[in-house]
Amino acid sequence: MTPIGANTVLVVAAALFVLGLAAALTRKNIIFILIAVEVMLNASGLAFVAAGAKWHQPDGQVMFLFILAMAAAEISVGLALVLQIYHQHKTLDVEDLKELSD
Amino acid sequence: MLGYIPALPFLGFLVLSLGGRVLPRSAAAVIGVGTVVVAALLTMVVGIRWLQVPPVPGEYNLLLWNWFTTGDLSVAFRLRVDALTLVFVFIITFVGALIHIYSTAYMKHDRDHARFFACMNLFVGAMLLLVMADNLVLLYLGWEGVGLCSYLLIGFWYEMPANCSAANKAFLVTRIGDTAMLIGLFLLYRQLGTFDIQTILQRSPHQFLRGANDITLIAFLLLAGGMGKSAQIPLQTWLPDAMAGPSPVSALIHAATMVTAGVYLIARMHVLFLLSPQAMAATALIGGITLFVAGCSAMVQTDIKRVLAYSTISQIGYMFLALGLGAWGAAIFHFFTHAFFKALLFLAAGAVIESLHHEQDIFRMGGLRRRLPLVFYTFLAGAAALAALPFVSAGFYSKDPILWYAYSARGGSVFLYLLSLAGAGLTAFYSTRLVVVVFGGEQRTPVTEKPGKVMTIALVILAVLAVTAGFIEWPRGLFSRFLEGVLPAPVLKDGLPSEGLFQLIAVAVTLLGIYSGYVLYRRRQEVLLRWRQSARIRAVRLFFLNGWGFDALYRTLFVRPFLFISGINKPDWLDWLNKGVVRASLTLSSLLSVSQNGSLRWYIAGVLIGVLFIITLQFFL
Repeated sequence: MTPIGANTVLVVAAALFVLGLAAALTRKNIIFILIAVEVMLNASGLAFVAAGAKWHQPDGQVMFLFILAMAAAEISVGLALVLQIYHQHKTLDVEDLKELSD
Repeated sequence: MLGYIPALPFLGFLVLSLGGRVLPRSAAAVIGVGTVVVAALLTMVVGIRWLQVPPVPGEYNLLLWNWFTTGDLSVAFRLRVDALTLVFVFIITFVGALIHIYSTAYMKHDRDHARFFACMNLFVGAMLLLVMADNLVLLYLGWEGVGLCSYLLIGFWYEMPANCSAANKAFLVTRIGDTAMLIGLFLLYRQLGTFDIQTILQRSPHQFLRGANDITLIAFLLLAGGMGKSAQIPLQTWLPDAMAGPSPVSALIHAATMVTAGVYLIARMHVLFLLSPQAMAATALIGGITLFVAGCSAMVQTDIKRVLAYSTISQIGYMFLALGLGAWGAAIFHFFTHAFFKALLFLAAGAVIESLHHEQDIFRMGGLRRRLPLVFYTFLAGAAALAALPFVSAGFYSKDPILWYAYSARGGSVFLYLLSLAGAGLTAFYSTRLVVVVFGGEQRTPVTEKPGKVMTIALVILAVLAVTAGFIEWPRGLFSRFLEGVLPAPVLKDGLPSEGLFQLIAVAVTLLGIYSGYVLYRRRQEVLLRWRQSARIRAVRLFFLNGWGFDALYRTLFVRPFLFISGINKPDWLDWLNKGVVRASLTLSSLLSVSQNGSLRWYIAGVLIGVLFIITLQFFL
C-alpha cells in the first residue's frame, strides 16, 4: 500500500472544511449548524495531523487532542443553549431567532 | 496640647455634621459650645504658662505630620505660636466661645441647630489653623476654610434668595482677593523656593532690594488678599450684605474671625511690607480712605446691623492705616479691643432684634432703655468703646495711638491724620446716634420677649472687657512689650510736637461727635427734619446710604458686561465643538449597528470574510 501524500490529505481537509462551512451558512436548524461546526473543527484537526506527519513532529497530534477537548466543551455548552432556546421559543430555526438584532 | 486647640473645633464640626440629624438638640449644643470653650481654656493655660516662663526663642512649635512632598517642595503640618499668634488665638477662642454660648440661646428654636454649630465650629477651626500655620500653604488652607464658612453661614437661612445672593457676593468678592494672594504666594515661592514663613521672613531682606519691583508686586498681591478678606476699599461691598446671616454669625465674622485675617496676614508678613515702601503707603492710604468712606456710610444707615457692619469696615480701616504706617503693635492692639466691643455690639444688637421680633430698623425701635436695661448698659459700653470715649473705654486706648502715628510715623502725613481724625468724629457721631435712637425716646415696637440668662452672661463679660481691655496698654505698654519680639516698633519722624496735644485734639473731636449726635437725634430733631427737606442733603444721604455707589459701579462695570457676554453665549458656541464629537460618534455607531441584524448566517459570513481578509493580508505584507 503506497502511503498517502500529505498534500492529498490537506486537500481532503480543505474539502471537508468547505463542506462544513457551506452547511453552517445554509442550514436553518441550529443542531445542524452545530454539526457543521463540528465538521469544520475535525477538518482542521485532520490538517494538523497531516502536517505533523509530514514534518515528523508530534505537535500536530497534540493540537488535535486540544481540538477534541475544545470541541467537547463547545458542544456541551452549545447543546445546553439549544435546549434553553427550544424551551423559550419552541423553535430551532435561526431565521426566527433574531432577537439580538439592533 | 497646642494641637488640641485647632483640633477640637474641627472634631466638633465632624461630629455635628455627621451625626447632626441623630443627636438630640441639647447634645448638639453641648458639643458645639464645649469644643470651643475647651479650646479657649487650653489657650488660657498656654497663655499663662507663656507669661510665667516665656519660651526661649519666643515661640512654641509643634510638628504634627508631613503633609505632602512633591519634588523639592515639602509641606509640613506644623503649628507655631508666637506672641502675635497667641493674641489672635486668644481672641478667636475666647470671643468665639462667648459667641457660641450666646448662640445656644439665640438659635434655640432654629430647625438647623446642629448645622449652625457645625459651621461655627468649622469657622473657628479654620481661623485657628490660619493664625497658627507655620507655612503659607497651611495658612492658605485656613484662609480658604474661613471663606467657605462665611459663605455657609451668611447663607444659613438659605430659603430666602436675598441671603443666598449675599452669600454668593461674599464668596465671589473675597475670591478676587484670594486669587491675588495665591499669585503672590507663587511668586514668593519662585523667588525664595520655600513656603515656610520664618524662612521667608529671614531670607527676604537678603533676597530683595528695598523697593524693588518684584517685592513690591508680591506685597501688593498679599495686600489685595488682605483687602478682600478684611473688606477694604475697593473690595468692601460684601460686608454690609453679609448681615443676612444670624446675628452671632455677624459677631463671629466681625470680631473673631474672617475680617481680621487680612490684618493678621499683613502683620505676619511685615518684613515683606517693610521692604516695599510703596506697598506700605498703599496700605495706609487704603485704610485711611476706607475708614472715612465707611464712616460716612455708617452715619446714615437705618438697619442696626448695617450700621455696625460699616463701623467694622471703618475700624478695620484704622487697623490697615496703622499697618501701613508700620505701627504693627497699634494695629494688633486695636484688633484686640475691637474684637471685644464689636462682638458685644453685635450680640447686644441680636438681643434687641430678637426681643423686638426681628425688627432691624432703628427708627422703629426706641425707648428700649427702660424695657431692656441690661442690654442698654452693655450696648452703651460697646458703643462708648466704638466711639473711643476718652479714658473709660478700651477703644480710646487703642485708637488714640493710631491717630498719633497717622501724623508722627515715617509714612504719616497731615492728609492721613485728617482722614483718621474725621473718621474718629464720624465714629463718635454714629455710635451716639445708634444708642440714642435705639434706646432713647419713645417706644415704637412692643418688646415680645426678654433675653435669657445665657445671653446676658455673654453680654456682661464682653461689656466688662470692652471697658477694661484698654488698661493693659496704659500706662506702661504691657501689650506692645508682649509683641516686641515679633513686630518691630514704628519709626517716627524727627522734630515732632508733643503727643499730648494730639490726644487733646482727638478727645475734642470725639466729644464733638458725641455731642452733635446727641443734639441732632435727641434734643433738636427739628434741625434734622429741616435738613431732610433739602434736596441736596437728601441726595448726599442717599449716596452715603448706598455705600458711595460702589455696588452700582460694580454692577455696571462687571456684572452687566458679564451678563451681556453670557447672554451672547447662551447657545454655548464653544459647546458645539463637544457636541460635534458626540454627533459624529453617534452617526458612526448607527452606521455600524446596521450590521447587527440578528441573523446568525450573516455573522458567520462576517467572520469568514474577516478571516479571508487577514489571510490575504499575509500575502501582501
